[in-house]
Amino acid sequence: MNEYIEIAKNGLWKQNTGVVQLLGMCPLLAVSSSVVNGVSLGLATLLVMALSNLAVSLIRNLVPGEIRIPVFILIIASLVTIIQLVMKAYLHSLYLVLGIFVPLIVTNCIVLARTEAFASKQKTLPSVFDGFMMGMGLTLVLALLGGMREIFGKGTLFSGIDLVFGDSAKSFVITVFPHYHGFLLAILPPGAFIGLGLLIALKNRLDARAARAQIPAPSLQSA
Amino acid sequence: MKRGLIQTSLRTSLIMLAFVLLATTLLALTYDRTHDLISKSEAEEKLSLINQVFPPGMSDNDLIHDTVEIPPSELLGNSKPVTAYRARFHGKPVAVMIEATAPDGYAGRITLLIGILASGEISGVRVISQNETPGLGDYIEIAKSDWIKGFDHASLGSVTDAAWHVRKDGGQFDYMTGATITPRAVVKAVHKALLYFSANKAMLFAQGKEK
Repeated sequence: MNEYIEIAKNGLWKQNTGVVQLLGMCPLLAVSSSVVNGVSLGLATLLVMALSNLAVSLIRNLVPGEIRIPVFILIIASLVTIIQLVMKAYLHSLYLVLGIFVPLIVTNCIVLARTEAFASKQKTLPSVFDGFMMGMGLTLVLALLGGMREIFGKGTLFSGIDLVFGDSAKSFVITVFPHYHGFLLAILPPGAFIGLGLLIALKNRLDARAARAQIPAPSLQSA
Repeated sequence: MKRGLIQTSLRTSLIMLAFVLLATTLLALTYDRTHDLISKSEAEEKLSLINQVFPPGMSDNDLIHDTVEIPPSELLGNSKPVTAYRARFHGKPVAVMIEATAPDGYAGRITLLIGILASGEISGVRVISQNETPGLGDYIEIAKSDWIKGFDHASLGSVTDAAWHVRKDGGQFDYMTGATITPRAVVKAVHKALLYFSANKAMLFAQGKEK
């Protein structure tokens, strides 16, 4: 059980894809202009990571070392293409918004990194859980970053949610600042960098505070 | 030793082949299952865009499939052939939906879908793609403002050549302060599309290509 808690901690916090490993920055920065976009791509990546970890872990003893990377890439690329086709069929308008970034999940190095570093050496269940948690960590960062950029850039939250749940979901859009004229910087790429920087700073601060809270007792005695 | 090497290579390539076959099969199956749905969604999407520039109910033909290929033309700004959709009622031409490109937007090309009634009057204009500055030049998108509706009912007859400009340049079309390049490009592209229409009307409505 401890193993799973450790995996969850790694994925969500310690080894978070978005703010610690900083892998897969291209989709992270490009798609996080709104909560809906960010979470959608995050969930698609999560699905790819969980499934590719599952597949790689299942076949880990069948694949000779020399061809493991091509086989992993083959698996990831097939999974992404399948998800892309399914999305195109059932969530067409969302697919149009995310566009090229769905197929680009293949090139997101975090997916291959997890299959190689984790799934190729571990049992099936922990592998799936690892993919899920790593994807979850990424999704959370995308959601936060998307939320920040959307609130400051457009003054709304959950805009575009009708692309996922149909026109009836239009009423879910929250207008945080009515009559807001928008803050362009937040929507454009620099806003993504600034937002991500702030998130990383926040995480480091929280970590530093936690570390300080643990250490003081012995350090006081020695002083 | 040598035999061992050959055996290993053979085994490795067979394993690789097996994975490739498996992956291809899975992809083929998924493609097969989703193909119809995808083309349906794509057709719907096309139709919904067409319906924005040409209200449904005024024609009785299969718009999506009654098309004509338009060769590259300076007036439409297309460098590759584009497809135009024709609306007919009882076989008589009602309108044509043409794609036109404004090459001189603030950030590159702006692609428009323009609906033109057989009388030469515009039934609607919508932006298909643009890279204009968000929050500044993107008011040409219907999602951001009604500006693009300013073209409705305009024609070469109702708006003189001199008036096919934004107000700042002495024309009759509105613009927003701070972003004149974008509307200027769009107005020019729409005007040129109308000129193209009046010069090529017979070709645009020519029968025979109907599939």
